[in-house]
Formats: sequence, structure tokens, C-alpha cells
Amino acid sequence: MSWIDIGHIDDVPLRGARMVKTPVGCIAVFRTAPEEIFAASNSCPHKGGPLSEGIVHGQKVTCPLHNWVFDLNTGQAQGADEGQIDVYPVRLDGGRILLDGASVGLRRAS
Amino acid sequence: MTQKLVIIGAGMASGRVIEHLLDADPAAFDITLFNAEPRGNYNRIMLSPVLSGEKTYEDIVTHSDDWYAENGVTCRFGEHVVKIDRDRKVVVGQQGEVAYDKLIIATGSAPFVIPVQGRDLPGVITYRDLDDTNAMIEASEKGGKAVVIGGGLLGLEAAAGLQMRGMEVTVLHLTAHLMDRQLDEAAGYMLRRDLERRGITVMTRASTAAILGSDRVEGVMLEDSTGLQADLVVMAVGIRPETRLATDAGIEVARGIEVDARMRSSDADIYAVGECVEFDGQLFGLVAPLYDQAKVLAADLLGQDAAFVPKELSTKLKVTGCDLFSAGDFAEAEGREDIVFRDPARGVYKRLVLEGGRLVGAVMYGDTADSNWFFGLIRDGADVQDMRETLIFGPAYQGGGASDPLSAVAALPPEAEICGCNGVCKGAIVEAINGGATDLGAIRAVTKASASCGTCTGLVEQVLAVTLGDDFVLPTATPVCGCTDLTHEDVRRLIKSQELKSQPAVWQELGWKTPNGCHVCRPAINYYLLAEWPLEYADDPQSRFINERKHANIQKDGTYSVVPRMFGGMTTPAELRAIADAAEKYNVPTVHVTGGQRIDLLGVRGEDLPAIWADLNAAGMVSGHAYSKGLRTVKTCVGKDHCRFGTQDSTGLGIKLEKALWGSWTPHKVKLAVSGCPRNCAEATCKDIGVVCVDSGYQIGVAGAAGMDVKETERLADVATEQEVMDLTMAFMQLYRENAKYLDRPYKWVAKVGLDWVKEQVVEDEANRKALIERFLISQSVYQKDPWAELAQPKAAAAFSPIANLMQEAAE
Ligand SMILES: Cc1cc2nc3c(=O)[nH]c(=O)nc-3n(C[C@H](O)[C@H](O)[C@H](O)COP(=O)(O)OP(=O)(O)OC[C@H]3O[C@@H](n4cnc5c(N)ncnc54)[C@H](O)[C@@H]3O)c2cc1C
Ligand code: FES
Repeated sequence: MSWIDIGHIDDVPLRGARMVKTPVGCIAVFRTAPEEIFAASNSCPHKGGPLSEGIVHGQKVTCPLHNWVFDLNTGQAQGADEGQIDVYPVRLDGGRILLDGASVGLRRAS
Repeated sequence: MTQKLVIIGAGMASGRVIEHLLDADPAAFDITLFNAEPRGNYNRIMLSPVLSGEKTYEDIVTHSDDWYAENGVTCRFGEHVVKIDRDRKVVVGQQGEVAYDKLIIATGSAPFVIPVQGRDLPGVITYRDLDDTNAMIEASEKGGKAVVIGGGLLGLEAAAGLQMRGMEVTVLHLTAHLMDRQLDEAAGYMLRRDLERRGITVMTRASTAAILGSDRVEGVMLEDSTGLQADLVVMAVGIRPETRLATDAGIEVARGIEVDARMRSSDADIYAVGECVEFDGQLFGLVAPLYDQAKVLAADLLGQDAAFVPKELSTKLKVTGCDLFSAGDFAEAEGREDIVFRDPARGVYKRLVLEGGRLVGAVMYGDTADSNWFFGLIRDGADVQDMRETLIFGPAYQGGGASDPLSAVAALPPEAEICGCNGVCKGAIVEAINGGATDLGAIRAVTKASASCGTCTGLVEQVLAVTLGDDFVLPTATPVCGCTDLTHEDVRRLIKSQELKSQPAVWQELGWKTPNGCHVCRPAINYYLLAEWPLEYADDPQSRFINERKHANIQKDGTYSVVPRMFGGMTTPAELRAIADAAEKYNVPTVHVTGGQRIDLLGVRGEDLPAIWADLNAAGMVSGHAYSKGLRTVKTCVGKDHCRFGTQDSTGLGIKLEKALWGSWTPHKVKLAVSGCPRNCAEATCKDIGVVCVDSGYQIGVAGAAGMDVKETERLADVATEQEVMDLTMAFMQLYRENAKYLDRPYKWVAKVGLDWVKEQVVEDEANRKALIERFLISQSVYQKDPWAELAQPKAAAAFSPIANLMQEAAE
């Protein structure tokens, strides 16, 4: 993996998200707990709702447009809805958020 | 042959090493022990009871002078080692050199001091050793105020100790909840509550900017410019391994001194042990792993095989009356599930984290009696699948029997307490059931069980199920969502009666089944809290739907609409010009005149929002809240100034109403209108609140609708003056804010409570009306602020842009 530093954990509100522009499209970085972070596609497979603007609860996010709920571990839509979002490796080092460059279409770590 | 062993640091880790060596072979080594502190090894973790006065230093000494003498250990206490000379194999102390065959570095850690101005002032103390403890005790003898920076284990123990010694203590903690490394939010909340109950002030999200004072410390200044008085400042923000000697000697050091599984550093004759080491990327701050290291190190010195394997750790706080326990890994992660148990009446919270049929983490507060048993399960990686259903009840409920939660209830003796609030035991409930009370309502009426806080409702139902067998049918009161069994009405009532003032308080005290709610309950609870406690509760943007968080309506294509407020539907050429300029500057594709008499700019890009708001603000306009569950518009017709039928100044009244009401949050959106005559050009008779002017004054109607449902307003009152219109409107708004279920428009709510009740509260009872208005104004003092102006500030505005743009990265 090639970890890329994309920012500080405190730049992402608790139970909120921020967006990252990448070659594979916009990715949302979610902060589900004080020191817990997930990365997934920003776009809802239903009608393209911006998931970084959804309500974050537990380890899930609810799409702001029509309330589809996705598990951020697997990207699976929950309940009766069927669909999946891509999830990306991301981790915390100290306070820094590191996103795997290779999986978002970048060859080289910065 | 006896080898020369030199040890730097007489702390808890090296103390263990010495014990193991002496036990195995007292003659194997000739030991010289250096210690910077002018004393030998004592039980450092018991410094907190010394601070609080529950123990004395003599009680916590591990190795006395006599002990060292009897065992032939050469002590060089009060002497710093200043250098290790590896070529000559000597250690240089302040009083001279000692040669070694084997060397152990056991220097522990040094407290971290945040690099703020004033950190060196007298009266600023860290918390690491006996001298620090004595300095705090001495300072506390004069009384006064203490500020403890850092709400972790050490900081809280210091705070509790100083408070017991009579100081007025404030704890400053950087993140949102105390002991955030060891506790989850729920337990952090309970800890805070208990500390506050004993009189300690806790400030979270508090970042220290400077320590103030000229000759000695006088106060602490926070980043947000809050100033706190302080006669003593304790800094307990963390530790870093004490590695300076090793670094200078050219031994490999990362964050700590790097060791292999035999505790050898990069120099085979030099060992390291304790908090100063790093093993496999890991640092150690609790004694349990240090003792394991000490055992391995001693074995290796004696030529035996041994390897250090880090184990799961557990933490307890040594503050009398705050029982908490945390162990293992309780972060949420893929494939993990939570079992949560809350008993608000007893102040108990327990959370178990399972992964692959095994217990991997546990957090407990209030009742830690079973913590050792749980810790054992974590350490052993025991398979807990078979006892999953009853696991959280502890060892007493395990062993044989069906793993059915009902069987646990069935097994409870008759005197087991079910309802903590009303002290109702199982026997009393069974008796009531046998006497004919066969549903929850009847049991509440007969025994009061579950009638107060309501969190034992599930248990009462289980008693019903066990007792009635197949005759029992679960009731169907609709809960807020899957996170709770309580209804909206219950939650509102309990927020008020139990004085719950934060979301974690609601989740804990009302027994939420999820760690932090879901998209259904979070916005509702956020609203209920801010409506009930406008001054104490801070609105949580992360619990709001996108439009309210972004203060703009999101459109189908992900762009936003921007609607500035036009009070009473009135505008000016200057405002129109500013709107036109903004529309051009930000390439707004669609400009639309709304039904609420204002202008909607549709198709604004998310990144542009702060800038367009700043431009509109500069022209004197504020947010129209066209996105909020709050006051939207007050529509008017031109009234008697221009219209030949007009009876009153309808635009003037509309402007006054909108100026009074804007900014308020309500359970759902609220729209008003004021018509100047009964011809009703402003369509006031289908609004949430509609005023129709007549010759004799004003007719106030409420609870109209013109959406999916269409409904005419019902008459609340006829009044003679504008002031009465204002008063009744504000009182009605507040009654609606305080009582309606989240997402009920006024017409739905009035249908539930009845117009007569509303009239009683607002029109007939004058004292009540005054009180409602007063509470409305208090809330407005907080919430009547233009959100655009706040969000257009550079810091807030940054959040509207991506956190990172890796496209540039790719292009390079
Ligand atoms: C107030 C307090 C409460 C705690 N509570 C708990 C608890 O509840 N549970 C728990 O597991 N842990 C607790 N800890 C942590 C625990 O005390 C430490 O993990 C443990 O003491 C570390 O042992 P050590 O031998 O590595 O270092 P230490 O015990 O710190 O010993 C290091 C010694 O080396 C000496 N030294 C350093 N440099 C030199 C030098 N150049 N020359 C000579 N001597 C030197 C120091 O003076 C010190 O005496 C607590 C710590 C504190 C301060
Ligand atoms: S676009 Fe996400 S739920 Fe419809």
C-alpha cells in the first residue's frame, strides 16, 4: 500500500465526513468515532446522493437524498435496499489520516 | 563467575527484574542501581492514593534501604546517569563511572509538557513522582483553585486527589470526552457526570493557549480566550519514553528504545525494560506488560529461553467512587458487534465488543464487579458464542440452561428488583399479572413499574411474557426508531424531567440500543434538546439533515439553492441589484420567484456557498432559512397604504412578525401570512399561522395546511392590537416548539392535542402566555443569528471544500 496523508482527524467533524477528490472520483472520509475513520465512494448508487453529507451513525452512513443506509466496513446497502459503494483502505497515524494511494488510482505515495 | 550488572533507573520495571534475579540466583550478578530520584523503588501507581491522603509514602515503598542492603545491591540514588560509554563498557554517573558486563536501561518516561508560554512558572507541576505529589500536597494546603490540563487517567486522579484536599478543581480536556483512549463516549459521559457531582468542573474541547502569571502561576488562558484563575496547574497530557541516554550512546531508538523479544537493544549487552522501550512498534504505559518484560529480561540474563509477548491490557481508574473498567479493543470495526446494557437508575453502563464469536473488548461503568471475568474471556480468546445471549449479565447467568434472555428473567427470584425508580420487584409484578393486569399499561397502573424513567419497560414485558406464556402480545406504541422502545412523547418528557442535556446523556439514561443513534432519532433528539435547553445544549450540526447543516437546499444534481430573506416579502432596488450581481458572479443558472415572496437562486455549487453568502451578507441580507425546520416566510399583501380595500398595515405587521420569529428552530417548517382584508390576497387561511386584518383588528388562525393535505386554519383568537398578534403568535410558536413531535407540522400537532387545549395555554391563561413568550425570547437570544455570516468565516468556510485534492497529485 502507498499511504497518502490527506489531512488531520480534527478536520473531519465527529460523526461527520469530508470529501477527497481522487482520480477514481470523489471519496468521502467518515469519522465515526473520536479515533475511527472510514473511506468510501461519495456517490450513492441509488441516485448519486453525496454520502459525505449524510448522517453518520454507528459505522454507517445514511444517504441525504433518500435515506439508503450503507455499512462503511463493507459498503453494502442495509435493509431492503440493494446496492454497494466502494470502500477504500484508510488508517490513522497519530492524528493524521492516511489513504491508500494505490487503490484510488495513484501510483506513487507522496 | 559474577558478572557486573548496572541498572539505570530504580522504577517499577527494574524492581521486578532485580526480584527475579535474586530469586533465581542471588550470586549471579553484582548489581549497581542508579536512580535519579533520591530514593529506591516504590509503587508509582499508588501515588494517587498518597495525593488524596488515603495512603502515605511509607505504605507504598516496594524496596526499602534495608532490603537493598540485605541483598547486596549497590545503590546510587539521587544520582543521574549522564552517559553510557559503549566502547569502554562504562556508565558515567554524576559522581563517577561504573563498569558493566551487562547494562539495563529502565529510565521510564518523562511527562510531556505542552510548549505554551508560562509552562516554566512556579506552581506548574507535572505528575510523575513523589516530589511532584508532595509539591501538589503542599500547594493544596493553601486551598484555592487548581487547573488540571489533561482528562486522562493521571489528570483525573490528580484532580480527584486535589479536590479531596479541598481545592477547587477544573479539568481541561482537549477532545470531546474524558479518557478518550480508554473509554467510549457513553462511559466518558458517566465519568464526567460523577466527577461533576463531586464538585470538579470539567471542560471538554478545551485547548490551552497559555499559562499566565508573573512570579508564579495565576491562571490559564484557553484558545477560545476563556480565562481561568489558578493557584496550581497540573499538566498531565501524556508521557514520552525517556530515551536520551540511549540515543546519545547510538543505540537504536524509534519512539522508545527498540528491543527484541528478549528485551535486548541493538547492543547485545544492553537491555531495556519498562516504559522507555518500544517493542514491535508498541509503547507501554501500564505495569502489567512491564512485569512480563521484567520476567523475560531476567530469564535471558540467566541464560534461559524466554520471549516477550504483549497481551491485552485493562485499565481501572483509582478514584474512589468512580468505578470504571476498560479492556481490549472496543473500537468499532468490520465484523464486530456490540452488546450494550444500560441501567440508568443504578448508573450502570456495560458494553461488550464481539468479533468472530469471541470477546475482544469491554467497557464498563458503575458496576465493574464482573470485569475480571470479562477480562479473562478477552485474554484467553474464549469462544463465547454459546453464552452470547446472556453474556452481558456476567458469570452468574452462565453455565447450563437455555441461552434465552427470557430464561434469565425466568430465573430471577421474586425479590429481584425490576423497576429501579419505583422499587418494584419481580414478585409484585407477577402478583399484579395474576390479579388480571395483563398488559404494560395495566401493570404501570397497578404497580408503577416502568412508569417513571421507562427504561425497564423491556424487562417488565419479559416478566409478562414469562408469566403469561402464549397469552402475551407485545404492545404497539410506536417507538422513535429501532434505537429505542420509547415514543417521541416519552423521550421529550424524559429529557425534561431527568434534565438530560446532551445526546450521550439521552443515549445512556434512556437506554439507547445503538452506540449513537441513527438518521431517524438523531435529528429529533437534537431538536428536543435544543428546544428544551437553549442555553445549555449546543446544536449538533452532525445530527442535522444536509440542508440544515449546509444552510441551503440540496438539489437533485448535488448543487444548492440560495434564498435570502425578504422580510414580509419587501425588498429594495439595492437588494435586487446585489442578488442579480451574485447570480451573475456565481453563474447561477436559474433564478426563481418563490411562493413565499422571495427570490431563489438555484444551481449554486457547494464550494461557492460561503462566498455567495458573504456577498449577500455584505448587501445587508441574511439567510431565508428556506431549508429549515424553522420559520420560513411571512407572506403579506400590501395593505392599507396602497390597497383601497386594506384595513390595516399588513406588510408592516408581516415584517414585525418575521423579524421576531426568524432563526427559530421548530419541529417542522412554519409558514405565516398576513392579509390586509378578508379578500385574503396573502392566502393567510391555509398557513401554519395566518392573520387576516379586519376593520376591528386581527383574526388569528392556526393549523392550516396547503401541501399534501389542504386545510383551512382554525380561529385561535380575534384581537384588537398588533401587540396582541405578536404575543399570541410567539406563544403559539413556543407551545408548538415545546410539545409537538419532531416532523409534525402544526396542523398535525393541533389535531392531536386539540385546539381547545392550545387556546387554554395561549389565549386564556395569561400567565402561561407570558411564560411561553419569555422562553421563546430566551431561545431567540441564542438562535436568532444569521448562519450564513457564521459559515462564511474562513475557518467554517474551509469545511465546504474537499479536505484534499489528489487530482493534482496524479497530474504531477
Ligand atoms: C500517578 C500515576 C498513576 C499510575 N497509575 C497506574 C495504574 O493505575 N495502573 C498501571 O498499570 N500503571 C499506572 N501508572 C504507570 C506506571 O506507574 C508506569 O507504567 C511504571 O511506573 C513504569 O515503570 P518503569 O520502571 O518503566 O519506569 P519508572 O517507574 O518511571 O522508573 C524509572 C526511574 O528511572 C529514573 N531515571 C530516569 N532517567 C534516569 C537517569 N538518567 N539516571 C538515573 N535514573 C533515571 C527515574 O527517576 C525513575 O525513578 C501510573 C503512573 C503514575 C505516575
Ligand atoms: S440517491 Fe441515495 S438514497 Fe437516493
